[in-house]
Amino acid sequence: MEGYAYARPTSVAEAIGVLQSDAASGRRSQLLAGGTDVLVQMRSNDREPRTLVDVKHIAETNRVDIGDEEVFIGAAVPSAVLNENAQLKALFPGLLESADLIGSTQIQGRASIGGNLCNSSPAGDTIPAIIADGGICVIAGPDGSREMPCEEFVTGVGQNALGAAEFLLGLKFKTPASGSGDAYLRFIPRTEMDIAVAGAGVALTLDGGGTCTAARVSIGAVAPTALLVPEAAEALIGTQVDAAALAAAGAACSAAASPIADKRGTVAYRRKVVGVLCRRASAIARDRALNNIGGSQ
Amino acid sequence: MSRVHVTLSVNGEPREMLCEAHQSLLDALRDELGMTGTKEGCATGDCGACSVLADGRLVCSCLMLGVEAEGMDITTIEGIAQGSELHVVQRKFLEAAALQCGICTPGFIVAAKALLDQNPNPDETTIRYWLAGNLCRCTGYDKIVRAVQDAAQELAYEA
Repeated sequence: MEGYAYARPTSVAEAIGVLQSDAASGRRSQLLAGGTDVLVQMRSNDREPRTLVDVKHIAETNRVDIGDEEVFIGAAVPSAVLNENAQLKALFPGLLESADLIGSTQIQGRASIGGNLCNSSPAGDTIPAIIADGGICVIAGPDGSREMPCEEFVTGVGQNALGAAEFLLGLKFKTPASGSGDAYLRFIPRTEMDIAVAGAGVALTLDGGGTCTAARVSIGAVAPTALLVPEAAEALIGTQVDAAALAAAGAACSAAASPIADKRGTVAYRRKVVGVLCRRASAIARDRALNNIGGSQ
Repeated sequence: MSRVHVTLSVNGEPREMLCEAHQSLLDALRDELGMTGTKEGCATGDCGACSVLADGRLVCSCLMLGVEAEGMDITTIEGIAQGSELHVVQRKFLEAAALQCGICTPGFIVAAKALLDQNPNPDETTIRYWLAGNLCRCTGYDKIVRAVQDAAQELAYEA
């Protein structure tokens, strides 16, 4: 078969069947969710014909489940739909803000966080937010499904851990405990419609006295992949997330960054800005956590 | 190359089209259905000239495939007026002279109508953010924003 083809599987098994049959015949498959990256790439530098495997019509990729223990977000749920979900927004305001930062109203209607993750750009805005929130990738494949922490999923610029006959079903999170908060901030030179110069996602939990008992910090656009920065989390844990702790966390992020210089910023600039973003995002996450102490979210 | 048969609804009318697998909804509307009101600006999702509603949601038709529209309700600029009666957003764009060359206008009108359908009383900041994905290279944005504000005011007055 030559040229482009379109497959619209309605079950996980059917999708894997298409991917396997393409893999067996040496034909290229392309997973398609919202398409806001894929269609642009297909028209610019990557025109090789392939089978477009539309994963939007599978129940699992469209689901949002909010349980007492776990939250599941289907890989293909559009960002606009996520941001209309008040319960999800109360649990993960930072994650939903990171999704809301991507593109225009029009893009929001199609683009998904699963697609953002699978596009695996170093500057993907949702990726540091997902990592900070402890997101687990649920991957469907020929041998059933497997799970992997989000920080291990992206392996390089535009590359990820998906095998030839695998696709991302969705993301799993622990339902945040009371006293938890998250935040994501990025820097761009304008207010809308741009790609991050640097980004930082923070999720943390405070005890009844306001002491940080758990934290995860992730930075984006300052290395080939988004990075989990355990040193920044350690700088926050055990503190009241005061100015000294924020400064130490910021410094840890600056130290962990290994940015490139391009038209959006120099190495030194990105290194400094990512520290500032970590400080500010940590303060927002702390204030959100303080508002959640003792209450169910 | 085999073409895919697509059944959809466009502006409330059942339609069928034959699409290539990688053909955009924008190209399918224009080339297969002859509906040329929807414009191509950038074809990369940056300019919003090709904005349509897909099942009521504002999208760039250049970033959707025609085949993805199977079973969907698509609203284009041709479906905004009621017969010969312009929608209030269209009328206010004319009254406020919120256009020059007109290429961006269908996208702006579809996007502005979508905003007013869900938020009949948006403030200026909301309008500007909502329309951030619609680019105009002629007039600047002030007249466009004022036209949307005028339309909202008239809708509020009628309600």
